[in-house]
Amino acid sequence: MRQVAIYGKGGIGKSTTTQNLNAGLGEMGKKIMIVGCDPKADSTRLILGGLAQQTVLDTLREEGDDIELDLVLKKGFCGIKCVESGGPEPGVGCAGRGIITSIGLLERLGAYEADLDYVFYDVLGDVVCGGFAMPIREGKAREIYIVCSGEMMALYAANNISKGITKFANTGGVRLGGLICNSRKVDGEAELVEAFAKELGTQMIHFVPRDNMVQRAEINKKTVIDYDPGCPQADVYRELARKIDENDMFVIPKPLKQERLEQILMEHGILDA
Amino acid sequence: MLDLTPKELKTREALRINPCKTCQPVGAMYAALGVHRCMPHSHGSQGCASYHRTFLSRHFKDPAMASTSSFTEGASVFGGGSNVKTAVRNVFEIYNPDIIAIHTTCLSETIGDDMNVYIQDMDIPEGKYVVHTNTPSYVGSHINGFYNMMSGFINYLSKKTGVSNGKAAIFPGFVNPGDMRETKRLAKLMGVPYIMFPDTSGVMDAPMTGRFEMYPRGGTTIPEIISLGDCKKVIALGTITSAEPAELMKKKFKIPFSLLPLPMGIEATDRLIMELAGFSMQDVPYELEEERGQLVDILLDSHQYTYQKSCAIFGDPDTVLGLTAICTEMGMIPKYVITGHPKEDFVREADALFGKYGLTDCKARANADLFELHQLIKNDPVDILIGTSYGKAIAKAEGIPFVRAGFPILDRYVHSYLPLVGYSGTMRIVEKITNAIMDETDRNCADEDLEFVM
Repeated sequence: MRQVAIYGKGGIGKSTTTQNLNAGLGEMGKKIMIVGCDPKADSTRLILGGLAQQTVLDTLREEGDDIELDLVLKKGFCGIKCVESGGPEPGVGCAGRGIITSIGLLERLGAYEADLDYVFYDVLGDVVCGGFAMPIREGKAREIYIVCSGEMMALYAANNISKGITKFANTGGVRLGGLICNSRKVDGEAELVEAFAKELGTQMIHFVPRDNMVQRAEINKKTVIDYDPGCPQADVYRELARKIDENDMFVIPKPLKQERLEQILMEHGILDA
Repeated sequence: MLDLTPKELKTREALRINPCKTCQPVGAMYAALGVHRCMPHSHGSQGCASYHRTFLSRHFKDPAMASTSSFTEGASVFGGGSNVKTAVRNVFEIYNPDIIAIHTTCLSETIGDDMNVYIQDMDIPEGKYVVHTNTPSYVGSHINGFYNMMSGFINYLSKKTGVSNGKAAIFPGFVNPGDMRETKRLAKLMGVPYIMFPDTSGVMDAPMTGRFEMYPRGGTTIPEIISLGDCKKVIALGTITSAEPAELMKKKFKIPFSLLPLPMGIEATDRLIMELAGFSMQDVPYELEEERGQLVDILLDSHQYTYQKSCAIFGDPDTVLGLTAICTEMGMIPKYVITGHPKEDFVREADALFGKYGLTDCKARANADLFELHQLIKNDPVDILIGTSYGKAIAKAEGIPFVRAGFPILDRYVHSYLPLVGYSGTMRIVEKITNAIMDETDRNCADEDLEFVM
């Protein structure tokens, strides 16, 4: 069983990319579980067809400790199992603790004992506290992919996340599998992300071009592969799925200094008019 | 006393008044004290460690040693990594234990401190050990803390070499040192070679020798804990307290287990004795037959005073179930049976005990509090109250006799040295309960009814 965590700057398209990628892996016949680790609980909407998912923490609050796995785990497209950790409303409580609690509960309920090829953790924004690092602690996700674009702040976030990974890599054995570039159509994007990835010691595993099809599928509460299997963007995600399935490049990243990051942006990020 | 407790019962979801439990680290600290030359370490603020130590010291009337990571504002922002690393270095240097058993607290759990990584990063002196368990106080009760700490030791230390040590692993449950001594005596009498884990006898009931010992003689040794993986069988006492570590032993080392209730009362003690006999394939010695016969004799003699007397029992889940078993064997009616530990299995097991004696009007509640118990008693009184020190206010308010049994007993002495388990422990409880009932009769009867021979 491969356990994979997806990180990246807020709003970069982690959940969308994760679900579309999982649809690709699902189509390949892989058995998958997605664990949404975002208090917004929107990590599994496309796989489940918009079904309002009962989150682990809501269930815990309402039903108490003695709950059945079926109550929080729903199957969607290609039999992909979906769990949403959930969490408090903005401004109250501790979302990090929520993730610790819900992953602990999933373990107790035996969610990981089933016959699975992949477990994906879709984690909110940055690694901001211990709770959000939970999926990459010892014994859980061993692989990380960072979703980014060629935008300055996306790369800045990716660099920060790499610092977090380095910390856990030395003791926990977690490795970076690559950057997934979710294109924003900025200047020299592929080259820039590739250069940045190289500097980190990793790879840009795939370049996902911007395509309105993603938006259309999303509005229809579906992944692209589910919504229009024949379109070119569906093949993009199939390609991403294949690359991740065959990936054998796992590294401890070497985060960049701020000056070096800015230098790379200068070199690749501005095209002559 | 407690004049404002209203008679009318209302359903409460969040609020607990006078809780019937304490928090996980208390149990974790107690379990760690049952390991020889072990320093329990509280990974949190100083107040946590102080409270837990005081709590244990007040029950056992013996010092409970423990160290702390001494969290400050900085630690709660940046995590407690550097604190615990410094703490472990200092504790080994200054107090020289063989092992440090870390348990977490609410704060370190909420921060999400990754103890696995911290411990891997530590420079631990040659031949010394550091283990940990996670004990968020907002989950479960001190019972969870106790078995989580047991599992922590097993996870870090126990190994299977493939060569059986021929021993039984005995998990005593959350009980007093006196109970652990009694359980060991029973195992010896039955010819069973054993490793008892944890074992606080000789630690929390250590004798006065005139010299202070930071680590008294008692406790399960580290080699014994390592060797748990080579045991032939696990005899786990306390169906709620010892279930998880027993299952861990089965999962990790494929060692089968028998999960038994605490040996309190004739039936439950018989079950332990038969279990031990099945292990050693030895006959029950006359010494035990004699004790059992004496207990039956005592129950028959005192029966006329205890038959149909009603009682309320509260405290830790397994202890309460044991006391309930004894009361039913005495012909009493355990009208209210309550624990603060939030586990519904407790209710099922209590109901099974009621069913065995055809008792229909008895009520068992888990995740309950003493406020509720008091309300129940106000509505339908009982003849006697049995439980921890926290019941004394209710007993005083309602003018009912009170027998102390369980954890914690903060306002009396000797209790932790003597057993509640085994035939002899049952005799003690029968004596206490019968005396309390008869004293009450003596105190309140008319002068002409005061009997010398009862």
